[in-house]
Amino acid sequence: MNKKIYERPILRKVVEGMPNKFGSMKRIRPINTIDNVLIDDIIDSYGSPVFILSEKTIRDTYKSAYRAFSNRYPKVQFAWSYKTNYLDAVCRIFHSEGSWAEVVSGFEYEKALANHVPCNKIIFNGPDKSKNDLVKAIQNKSLIHIDHFDELYTIIQLTDELNERPQVAIRVNMDTGIYPQWDRFGFNYENGEAWNAINRILTNSKIDLIGLHTHIGTYITVSKAYAIAIEKLASLANKTFERFKTTIKYIDVGGGFASQNTLQGAYLPATDTTPSFDDYAHAITTALTSVNFPNNEVPTLILETGRALIDEAGWLAGTVLANKRLADGHRAMVLDVGVNIMFTAFWYDYEIHPVNESSFQSEPTTMYGPLCMNIDVIRKNIDFPLLNKDDRFVIKRVGAYTMTQWMQFITYRPNVVLIDEKGKLHLIRKGEDKEVFRKQEIVPKHLLEKAELKN
Amino acid sequence: MSKLNSLAISDNGFIFKPSTGESFTTNELGLHIIHLLKENKSTNEIITEITREFEIDKLTASRDLDEFLDLLKRENMV
Amino acid sequence: MNKKLTIAVTGLNNIDSPGPGVPVIRGIKDSNLDVRIIGLAYENLEPGIYMPGLVDKTYLMPYPSTGSEAFLERLSYIHSKEKIDVVIPNFDSELYLFIKFDDELKKMGIRTFLPTLEQFEERHKSNLPEFAEKYDIKVPESIALTSIKDLNDLPKPLVFPYWIKGKFYEAFKVTDSSQAKYYFNKLSAKWGLPVVIQQSIYGTEVNVIALGDGEGNTVAAVPMRKQYITDKGKAWGGITIEDERMLEITRHIIKSTKWRGGMELEMIKTEDGEYYLIEINPRIPAWVYLAVGAGQNIPEMLCKLAMGETVKPINTYKNGVMFIRYSWDLIGDISDFEKIVIFGEL
Ligand SMILES: Cc1ncc(COP(=O)(O)O)c(C=O)c1O
Repeated sequence: MNKKIYERPILRKVVEGMPNKFGSMKRIRPINTIDNVLIDDIIDSYGSPVFILSEKTIRDTYKSAYRAFSNRYPKVQFAWSYKTNYLDAVCRIFHSEGSWAEVVSGFEYEKALANHVPCNKIIFNGPDKSKNDLVKAIQNKSLIHIDHFDELYTIIQLTDELNERPQVAIRVNMDTGIYPQWDRFGFNYENGEAWNAINRILTNSKIDLIGLHTHIGTYITVSKAYAIAIEKLASLANKTFERFKTTIKYIDVGGGFASQNTLQGAYLPATDTTPSFDDYAHAITTALTSVNFPNNEVPTLILETGRALIDEAGWLAGTVLANKRLADGHRAMVLDVGVNIMFTAFWYDYEIHPVNESSFQSEPTTMYGPLCMNIDVIRKNIDFPLLNKDDRFVIKRVGAYTMTQWMQFITYRPNVVLIDEKGKLHLIRKGEDKEVFRKQEIVPKHLLEKAELKN
Repeated sequence: MSKLNSLAISDNGFIFKPSTGESFTTNELGLHIIHLLKENKSTNEIITEITREFEIDKLTASRDLDEFLDLLKRENMV
Repeated sequence: MNKKLTIAVTGLNNIDSPGPGVPVIRGIKDSNLDVRIIGLAYENLEPGIYMPGLVDKTYLMPYPSTGSEAFLERLSYIHSKEKIDVVIPNFDSELYLFIKFDDELKKMGIRTFLPTLEQFEERHKSNLPEFAEKYDIKVPESIALTSIKDLNDLPKPLVFPYWIKGKFYEAFKVTDSSQAKYYFNKLSAKWGLPVVIQQSIYGTEVNVIALGDGEGNTVAAVPMRKQYITDKGKAWGGITIEDERMLEITRHIIKSTKWRGGMELEMIKTEDGEYYLIEINPRIPAWVYLAVGAGQNIPEMLCKLAMGETVKPINTYKNGVMFIRYSWDLIGDISDFEKIVIFGEL
């Protein structure tokens, strides 16, 4: 006799106001491959957890973003925002597609150089550029986006010392209707500070002001905000031309496009609400073509898009460590993935899928990481299929900011692999082990001897 | 098992508890277990029955049964 | 129209903060349309599911927050059984999906008569100041907040008491900052950000229900004064009034936005005769049956417009017609409840 398929017994109270089973009817389906590679095979070879990046998705996403803008505007240039994901393999994919580099520290600057980005195609942003960084950037003719007056004065001073013409832009902050207003970076537009900075730069005849930069925030879902930003930058460009006969060569609108990850607190999933590249491109290029620039010369449009270009290409596969019931009867699952490598779980409601079909039943489940901290929560209360210990899961859209903001806490950071366009796997960052830390640490001599444990 | 007898249980897996007015849903195996409990079957007998009828090992079946019995207890049904 | 129409309606929650589904269905049934009514419910206990003679069949739907995939899947399942001709969504929170996936629905053969996404977005509570400027309408001072910290430095003209409003639903009048903070948290947790702060204006609450044909014509419009308002701000009694100025504002908005579908304009009339627009609801309001009673069967007209018929505007209505809402205890059978809970259909 054939035995029946087993489904574990369940009992659920019918509670009004809680999603009924038809209410949360989206059955979370298993995802067992990425670019046709079995996730089980990846974990078997590279361990659990493991970050997986898809080269194909990166290239496809880049191409569709580039197309959205270049179909509407003649001069478009992307600059890969290193902080979003600065694994060399990832950066090199973007550079091979034509992206410049956007860096915000000496460390990132060195990385961009090592990735063979021509010096004059590196944008150096941020409030933290050391004097040494600035010397290098000036000599290399990299594009320095000045953040504050102290930096501007250091550059003016270096200009004399080095006898070089720095290539600069200023970062401008402004009210675009976006809250919070990122007013701690750059020079303010509304109170005239940005105009003062421009004056200060151009009355010194040894610096070339070639661009205007802004970054209005991140995860901006209102494409209109960019149009406002462009109007304000255009008016600065026009004033600059009138007063100094200097033509601004590029307008850099920074990053900030939303990815399809849903922010916690949003009512509808981002997959239904996030504007497309075409939506953003439409708003931005319409604004660019409807304002007048000096001599009718259109400036190059630079985009420092980060998360929207890489989130989708990243996956994190892991394993269930245990199932639990909390004191109030709620189901909980402990995963081998915690906020140490998923910092971003603090603000995103990530999409999580089982790797293999396990059960047709689901139950509201909270997913905890393995860290010994109460805040180590990957996902609160989602209706999730019942997985067993050792079952595997995969988290979607983790390409942005995870592999740069992760921290080494309690345990090692895992392997990162890349699936190339032919479906071949490459290890692109080795998981850490005790040697990595032994190399960094120095034990003072008097502590070297093997000591008896005191009791 | 007298408490179970006071429940109104339909073949669809709908359970109504007259003493509190609460309703519950269960699945096929849950229903099956409740019927076995009503027949005063022991835990071991129920596990044997489940492993005979379903494609499942004994360890998992007994774990799941324990959890299910916990839920019934929590709701004061057994 | 001689064919029997199958019309699906949501918002069967005829509770203390009622959805418009039940009165919409009553309106349709009062007309001479030959219809089969399909109820779409989100919760097991929406009264409309159980009201005798109201719906021919009800299906439970996944919450819109589950996302379009599950939503469309369920609709297409229901459509395969029922062959829906027209769907009339009545919740703000579901409108976005119905509007955004209008084309998909059309491909399935399901018709709607809804505003465009642009119209829908433009009139959002958080965009009301810009909307007002663009169309030259008077609105109370308001601001959309995304952080609770911003409550501490609201721009000048905003003073207590003010209204604090959820993105989709709910509004509370607050008189001090601890209340404001409490409701900010409550509303943002429930409906997401932003939360809107709107100056409270002293005056009479008056509303207009209207229907635009999408070409700029107002095909129906009835103004009403709220006579009795519940603690949730809902009208529990109202009376149609003769107010040419309100109709002018309505026609102006519909004409300049080319509004398509039902709408409700909420206004405050001050003692010196000024009208402030406080909200535009992009759907039929729960008091629609008053309009039917006053001579404008808006649900019927909306069905006809959805079916592609031309509908002649109605410019008259009876004033002094009243509605008084009442509650009524239905006796239900637990077996009906069981069917909804277990099968999601009744
Ligand atoms: C100056 C600058 N450019 C670009 C980015 C990338 O932004 P996003 O990932 O939101 O596109 C950031 C992120 O903080 C930034 O600060």
